[in-house]
Amino acid sequence: MELSLTKEALEVMHQDALESFPNECCGFFYGHDGEFRNVEVAIPVNNSKHGDQRRRFEISPLDYMKAEQKALELGLTLQGIYHSHPLHPAIPSVHDLKQALPFFSYVIVSVKEQRIEDTRSWILNEQGEFQEETLNNLTTIK
Amino acid sequence: MAKIIIPTPLRKFTSNEASIETQGGTVGEAILDLTQQFPDLKQNILDEEGNLRNFVRIYLGDEDIKVLEDTHTFVENDSVISIIPAIAGGSK
Repeated sequence: MELSLTKEALEVMHQDALESFPNECCGFFYGHDGEFRNVEVAIPVNNSKHGDQRRRFEISPLDYMKAEQKALELGLTLQGIYHSHPLHPAIPSVHDLKQALPFFSYVIVSVKEQRIEDTRSWILNEQGEFQEETLNNLTTIK
Repeated sequence: MAKIIIPTPLRKFTSNEASIETQGGTVGEAILDLTQQFPDLKQNILDEEGNLRNFVRIYLGDEDIKVLEDTHTFVENDSVISIIPAIAGGSK
């Protein structure tokens, strides 16, 4: 599926990645699904991982529940999760794959110090492997 | 009877329904009823022995059933059960 992000949603993800560096950030995004997946809103959530957050993120069950409620309030679909890879490429790790869910898009932001290196999106295919999604509008926004 | 909230990624197994009314006096019975109504959902929630999968959390209201009576926790007619997938990952 193709993913289109509004400028605002992308800026939220990038800002979160920069502010959280050297730790990983994470959050949810919401929008409308049709022929394309149009992402309209991104909202950061707390990285609840205990211990080293430079290589790991975790979202608490209560924050997940709130995200589902938020989708209902907004009248939008909970479309996926973004997180950052500080000093690592925007490619899913084995750990990302192990915890991945069908349907959700996974946006990964590669960040180095004060610079966004790359932003890519991934989704599980029928075989349970990550497949890259086309991200629209990025070239003009990045 | 309790209402079960289905997480967005699993709604393709419930004909896109976000919440399902279930029969049963406990959380375990409600979940069993849910998987009988929607058999394709079963493998995403329960393992081969019928136990909850490791990456699935069940909340009754805003409490994890693990701090209650687990799947034996009683439910009322107006109880709301949430199925919550574990969300985690990282670069290495």
